Order: sequence, then structure tokens, then C-alpha cells
Amino acid sequence: MSTTVPELHLDVADTVPIPFWRQVRVEFRKSYDTRAGFWLLATIGILVGLVEGFILIATLVQESPVLWSDFAYTAGGITSLLLPVLAILLVTSEWSQRSAMVSFTLEPRRSRVVGAKLAVSAIYAVLTMVAMLVIGVVGTGICELVQPELTEWDFDAKLAIAFLVSQLLTMALGFAFGSLLLNTPAAIVVFFIYWYIVPTVLFVVGELRDWLGDLLEWFNFQASLQPLVDWELNTGEEWAKLLVSGFIWIVLPLAGGIYRILRAEVK
Amino acid sequence: MIQVDHLSKSYGGFTAVDDVSFTCQPGRVTGFLGPNGAGKTTTMRVMVGLTPATRGQVTIGGHDYRHIPNPGRHVGVLLDASAQHAGRTGREILTLGATTMGLPQSRVDQMLELVGLSKAESKRRLRNYSLGMKQRLGIAHALLGDPSVLILDEPANGLDPAGIRWMRGLLKGYADRGGTVLLSSHLLHEVELIADEMILIGHGRIVAQGDRTSLMAAHRRSALTLATSLDNDKLAAELTATGHAVTPMGAGLHIAATPEEVGRAALAAHVVLTDLRDGGANLEDLFLELTSSTQRDEIGATA
Ligand SMILES: Nc1ncnc2c1ncn2[C@@H]1O[C@H](COP(=O)(O)OP(=O)(O)O)[C@@H](O)[C@H]1O
Ligand SMILES: [Mg+2]
Repeated sequence: MSTTVPELHLDVADTVPIPFWRQVRVEFRKSYDTRAGFWLLATIGILVGLVEGFILIATLVQESPVLWSDFAYTAGGITSLLLPVLAILLVTSEWSQRSAMVSFTLEPRRSRVVGAKLAVSAIYAVLTMVAMLVIGVVGTGICELVQPELTEWDFDAKLAIAFLVSQLLTMALGFAFGSLLLNTPAAIVVFFIYWYIVPTVLFVVGELRDWLGDLLEWFNFQASLQPLVDWELNTGEEWAKLLVSGFIWIVLPLAGGIYRILRAEVK
Repeated sequence: MIQVDHLSKSYGGFTAVDDVSFTCQPGRVTGFLGPNGAGKTTTMRVMVGLTPATRGQVTIGGHDYRHIPNPGRHVGVLLDASAQHAGRTGREILTLGATTMGLPQSRVDQMLELVGLSKAESKRRLRNYSLGMKQRLGIAHALLGDPSVLILDEPANGLDPAGIRWMRGLLKGYADRGGTVLLSSHLLHEVELIADEMILIGHGRIVAQGDRTSLMAAHRRSALTLATSLDNDKLAAELTATGHAVTPMGAGLHIAATPEEVGRAALAAHVVLTDLRDGGANLEDLFLELTSSTQRDEIGATA
């Protein structure tokens, strides 16, 4: 009997836990190895290419003045609209396809898997910022060659950083709704309503009464974000509004979503 | 190696797994048998940390599964062969697994070859796989990390007879090399031939466990023989005289005695037997009887 005792013990002392960077690599690969992920990225690329091409041709044909930011903002705008869907898919597709069962069996420390997915969202935000800069340079560069006197390099690093911050936030929010709802269509619809319609509603309602407008400013995250984007975040009140509304808009849904994933019984 | 200790799992008021304890030894194949809804999957899900236990615990090699670093390298798990993204190819699914576990791509090819999925098949998307192909892929995924423990939920489901035989050989060889195998099934014949040890579960409770012989011995009921002879009346009279209850049944007799006793009675009465069968429970009857609640209740009520 005594000889069988050591066999019953699994020696795991020499096994290296899965490093975080490897989990990030796996999650990154998952973001483009399905048709949904691949075509979402391809669609963003094709749309950006078409619209930028159109701007370029229109500018050159009409010999109209053009700015570096015309190219960069167009690329940034299109990606920031569509890329959050990728963050949503990162979470919801694991649930609808039930592969979360395998992911969480291979890495039972679920927070690491969630963290890796968040890291992938952040990587995409950085990549789009880089792509935006490059596209701006290429588009402006071509115009510079053809019509130097009409082309202006109004490059501003502050704007690039502001873009990155808002892109990171929308990705985080898409991720949050994906985890809260664990259902692709529902998460996409709720995300777009939440991010694009609610701020407008808050603003319109705030116009009705002065006191209501003052109060709602504390809830309107996009409005509070504006000073940051413009690099004019000066007063303590602006900071306070940004923190309060950011907590309500981003931190709460994200915390709720992550809590749900960590606790959920994966079926 | 796998130690299930007074495990219970309730969903609201419903108890899916009820105070279950058993162990799986290295070098042995343990069959986990029970009808649909008996609690096999739930037990296995608790084992690998996907479902929290209500009471009790499971350890694998002395560890809580969730505390095993890079668990795929120690414990191979197949809970549901369809629980993978249907839009990924078989090869891509294995590649993701191998990357997570830190294994080279060559391991993917090895496993594909081991489970008999061709190069062309491995490049098809999972939604185009038959259930049997998914099971093979799932087994390949479980074996990727060269684990010493295998936990497989209904792996024979959807496999063709040749596939079932192949899997039997694979698991047998794996256990012979010292591995621990736990596999579940709702079909006795799928595991009967390979399981060294069987755990029978019904309605969340373990109703019997042991190897084939000890199971049969422990649950042997009173002897029962079915016999037909050229002179049933004479045989019946001889058996009644020696104290065995006899009831006519169809063209033959239903006798509360062992086949040997009936044979001896026929010899003594000089009656020619044309059919002699052991009517006692076989493993299948035992399985059905033990795992079906209605029968269990009846037995409990009349005992
Ligand atoms: N999440 C759940 N909520 C409620 N009941 C559940 C849940 N999961 C499993 N069950 C029930 O637990 C019982 C055992 O299920 P399961 O372990 O899947 O059985 P088996 O694998 O033996 O067929 C079934 O009656 C099933 O309906
Ligand atoms: Mg089951």
C-alpha cells in the first residue's frame, strides 16, 4: 500500500504557470481567426481605404486645400465606430460558441483570460492610432507632392493621444457590455444606444431646465470627456465631473461584466 | 489520483449530485455510468472547476484543479466536443490549445495523426464535422499536453463501432502506461469492456461501484433459471419435490433454482432438456435496476 501513495500525488512543482503574454497571444489570434472577426477587421480596412481614396481623389481633382487631420480623423472616426464590436465579439463569441468552457479549463484563473482579452482590446486601440497616423502621413504626403501650396501638416500629438484615450474607453465599454450581456446582437445594440444616443438625450433633457442641465452634466460622460480631448481639462470641477461620470459610465459596467464572467457557470 | 469526496451540487431546490464519493486509480480505466440526467457531467464539471460545488470537494493528484499550474499539461479534459467555435478549423482549435499550453506546432500534427483526422479534414471548419469527428478532435485536444489524467465525458457518443473500438484501445494503452482515465457513458456496453472499475450513478447518487465481478457478486439476487424440456410436467414435479418454486412460462418453466440444480433435477427425472438458461440478472439488468428511480422505489417499498 505504502508504495502507491507517491503515485497518487501529482507533482506540479516544476510546471510553469501560463504566462500572461502567451494568453494575450492566444486571445489576439482568436480575434481574427474566425470569419466574424476577420471580416470585421477587413470591413474596417476596406471602408477606411475607400473613404480615404475618395477624399484623396476629390481633393486632387478639385484642387481644394487639405489638412493632415482630414485624413487622420476620417480613419480614426471609421475605426472608432466599428472596432468596439470587436471588443464585444472577443467576449460574446466565447459564450455563444461555448468555447469559454475550454478557455477556462485550460486557464482556470479566469481573471487572466479576461485580462488578456482587455489587453487585446487595448492593443487594437493602439494599432488604430498608429494606422490613423500612417494614413494621415500617406494621404497628406501624396497631396504635398501634387499640390504643396494647398496642403497643410497640422499634425498634433495631443489630438492623437486624445483619440487613443477615447478609443481605449469605447473598447473598454464594448467589452463591458459584451460581458454583461454575453450575447452578441444584444451587446452591440445596447452599446450603440448607450454610447451614441444616451448622451444626446441627456443633453436635450438638460436643456429643459437649468438645474437639470447642471445635474445631468455629472452623468454625461462624453460631455465631461470633451475638455480632456481638447486638452483643456483645467478646473477641479471638470476633473470631478470626468471622474464621477467615468465611474458611472465605464467603471460600473466593466466591473459588473467582469464580475459576471468570473462567477458564471460556463455551459 | 482523482478523489471525489462527499460531493454535492444543488440547483435551487434540485440536487443534481448528492453526496458522491469515489476515487480513480492510476493505471486503471474508471467508467462513470448512469442514465441521462444522473449527474455525470455535473460531477465532471465540478472536477475541473467550471461549476462550484455546493458541498464536498474534488482533488486531482492531491490538488484542487484550479490550483494546478498550466492544468492542460497534467489533466486532459473533454467535456463537450461541440463546445468549440464552429467557425474554426480543427487544426486552428488544436493550435490555440497548444499555444496556450506552450507546446510546439508539431504536437498538433502528432495528435491529428493519433486520432485519425487527415490533413484535409483538419482544415475543415468544425461546423462541417460529424459528431464522431468532433469527438476525435476533442480527444486530440485532451491529449495535447501529454497529461497523466484524462477526464472524458461521453467520448464514445457519435463514434462508429470501429471508432469505439479504436478509442477502447487508445484508452486501454493509456492506462497501461500508468495514466488515470475517467470516462462517462450512459451506455453500459461502451465501457463494460474497458473499464477496470465502474461507478454507477442514478439521480445524483452512487448506487454501486466496483469491478465487474464484485458488482455482480454484491448484487446477486435469488437464483432464477428458464428451462424447456421434452416433459415439462415431470421436470416440474421433480423440482417441486426438491423444494424449488416452479411456474410455467410459455413453452417452458420459470424456476427458482440455479441452472445446475435444474440440470441435476432433469438427470434424476430422466427428462431431456432442450433449453436451459440463467435467468439471473446480468450486468445490464443490474445497471437498469440500480439506476432507475421507479424500480428502486418499488424495491425499497416492498423490501
Ligand atoms: N445549471 C443547471 N440548472 C438546473 N439544473 C441543472 C443545471 N445543470 C444541470 N442540471 C440538472 O442536473 C441533472 C444532472 O445533469 P447532468 O450532470 O448533465 O447529467 P448527465 O451528464 O449524467 O446526463 C439534470 O437533471 C440536469 O437537468
Ligand atoms: Mg452528461
